[in-house]
Amino acid sequence: MASKIPRIEAREQDPRQRAMNFDEVSFGFTEAEARAEAGRCLQCKNRPCVAACPVHIQIPEFILAVRDGRVGEAGEIISRDSLLPSVCGRVCPQEVQCEGSCVLGIKGRSVNIGKLERFVGDSELAEKPLERSRVVPNSHKVAIVGSGPAGLTCAADLARMGYGVTIFEALHRAGGVLVYGIPEFRLPKTAVVEREIAKLRALGVHIETDVVVGRTITIDRLQQEYDAVFVGSGAGLPNFMGIAGENLNGVLSANEFLTRVNLMGAYKKDSDTPIYVGSKTVVVGGGNVAMDAVRVAKRLGSEATIMYRRGEEELPARKEEVHHAREEGVEFRMLANPVEILGDERGWVRGVRCVRMELGEADASGRRSPVVVEGSEFEVECDCVVMALGTSPNPLIARTTSGLVVGRRGTLVVSDDGATSRPGVFAGGDAVSGAATVILAMGAGRTAARAIDKYIRGV
Amino acid sequence: MSFRILYKHRLTPDTTLMRVEAPMVARAARPGQFVIVRVGEQGERVPLTIADFSADEGWVAIVTQTVGATTMRLNSLEAGDSLADFVGPLGRPSEFVDEDVSDRRFLFVAGGVGAAPVYPQARWLHERGAKVDVIIGARSRDLIIFEREMRAVADEVYLATDDGSAGWHGLVTGLLSDLVRVRGKVYDEVVTIGPMVMMKFVAKETLGLGLKTVASLNSLMVDGTGMCGACRVTVGGQTVFACVDGPEFDAHVVDFDEAIRRSTMYRPQEERAYHKCKIGLNGE
Repeated sequence: MASKIPRIEAREQDPRQRAMNFDEVSFGFTEAEARAEAGRCLQCKNRPCVAACPVHIQIPEFILAVRDGRVGEAGEIISRDSLLPSVCGRVCPQEVQCEGSCVLGIKGRSVNIGKLERFVGDSELAEKPLERSRVVPNSHKVAIVGSGPAGLTCAADLARMGYGVTIFEALHRAGGVLVYGIPEFRLPKTAVVEREIAKLRALGVHIETDVVVGRTITIDRLQQEYDAVFVGSGAGLPNFMGIAGENLNGVLSANEFLTRVNLMGAYKKDSDTPIYVGSKTVVVGGGNVAMDAVRVAKRLGSEATIMYRRGEEELPARKEEVHHAREEGVEFRMLANPVEILGDERGWVRGVRCVRMELGEADASGRRSPVVVEGSEFEVECDCVVMALGTSPNPLIARTTSGLVVGRRGTLVVSDDGATSRPGVFAGGDAVSGAATVILAMGAGRTAARAIDKYIRGV
Repeated sequence: MSFRILYKHRLTPDTTLMRVEAPMVARAARPGQFVIVRVGEQGERVPLTIADFSADEGWVAIVTQTVGATTMRLNSLEAGDSLADFVGPLGRPSEFVDEDVSDRRFLFVAGGVGAAPVYPQARWLHERGAKVDVIIGARSRDLIIFEREMRAVADEVYLATDDGSAGWHGLVTGLLSDLVRVRGKVYDEVVTIGPMVMMKFVAKETLGLGLKTVASLNSLMVDGTGMCGACRVTVGGQTVFACVDGPEFDAHVVDFDEAIRRSTMYRPQEERAYHKCKIGLNGE
């Protein structure tokens, strides 16, 4: 029986080695490994993995193609539902999606779908010639705001339908959270992100960097020149706790810390962007961004600790990242929460005053909510604190565009197909959902592309 | 897009004015806003105030003083060279941009290169019928910039120098106090742009005078669009972001001590880079 064969894990850089460099942690599958792992899939009839995938990739089909050595075909199968397999294979929370529902998972040996998807995506990036020929251009133009996963997907789909597409990106480099947020060791910028973007350019998509929509140009103005606008501006505004001492020197948002390192390359010798590295860094939070920040701190030579108010089981980060962080020597302080950041006489952080937490009743999200243990205050010494408490949508577009209905927490309100309250303006991704995943943003970009096509054709 | 330097003019030994080709930024720019500039591909993103702009001609002017590696590199560029990136206009325009300003009496208090961003504000107000006086302060006469431009748009221009080589001998705060208390000048509001420590003391002075005062904060920034929070500053007990909520705030409720301290966060790294850069440019 196929299921008896143990799950194949991709080879990885040695933890001690990689904790000192920014090269990718996982080497991914070789073709032989991929084909062997693909052979473990039971090709079961009810396909729970497909149902659990937010964009419903036809997983058993692509796996079958990999098993039989038809990698190009596997790529085509995935591309029907997903634009960025190289990215999603690396950053999707597979354990709560496809792999989490795999029949083999009952025995803890679910098919390694993430690494298979990555293998297919990477093979495509390496081999497939850039496509352009099949597109039949029409005379309509669409503006896309933001070049993250939602914008890239929406742009690609519209370009394939023949639309003239221009992406406006606020930063100097395209990719959104894929370049400013996710570190090199988890998602290589040149080998993966830039190649994905090159595919888009080959489709005829035009990318204008250094344009802050809402400031450099307004949505009003874009609508004069374009038949429709898609807003995929993400959730870039960092949240803070609102506790005393948060503005001390040495306290920064994960966004700042990661942007300096990922987007600006502050870890490289030839970069002009300064970075402050503590000798003891505490990262507050338990999501993927917290894991990214703590592992970056570790790589820059700091002792690095995660502080999270819930327990290990509740950590919202991908399991693989938590596992990798632990292997790399990151310390975890669970069930602890800062109540004050402590400073020295020069105004620099010298520690964190915390309380212990215990888990109470399950809250609306189904997670048990943390409750403060009375009289449990304690101090942790550190000289750098990174706040990774989630992000909210940037208010700039909502503030500068009339007729856009905005929900609680600044999210744009849209219908099922991504239409905002303003005719001709569509939106998707974190700007609509609040901080979520790459795959959900991609799905939203795709949904909106279909709706934009219908809107422009008037059907 | 290429952000070509159309014109360069040295204002003082370490300060230059550059007009940069950036038609989209020029069209959208309003007084009070700033841009983010990156000099080269490995360059950092630095916020610079807008010193002038022409929507018709498609350029935005910036004034930079050499204070570190990046500004040194920027100031070594010549007309015809291009900047890697030039993003903006960022931040909220000055509040008065949306108001009726006719017959309102403004006093600007500028220090050092702070005179540059005062200019588009003073011009805007002058063109709309406001009364505008300007104090330009500097260490000495040869470091005073924008005097001629300012005289064209202001009712009165007063100079203040630390060494007494031009105008008032002493600090801008002393001159400000003298204008109001001794010479009986009347103003509805004050706008101050310059070094944080100067703005702190201007705010202190005007609080005593009961004069509404706005300060433009030149905080540390990375993206300039609200993403990083490096520019956070406490205003009226609330943490706000200078890049999207400012850069102009009610000077009487800004926590200047915190802002001054936060601006030194990367000082050691900046000094090392500056040192290396100087060796690199001179020593090879």
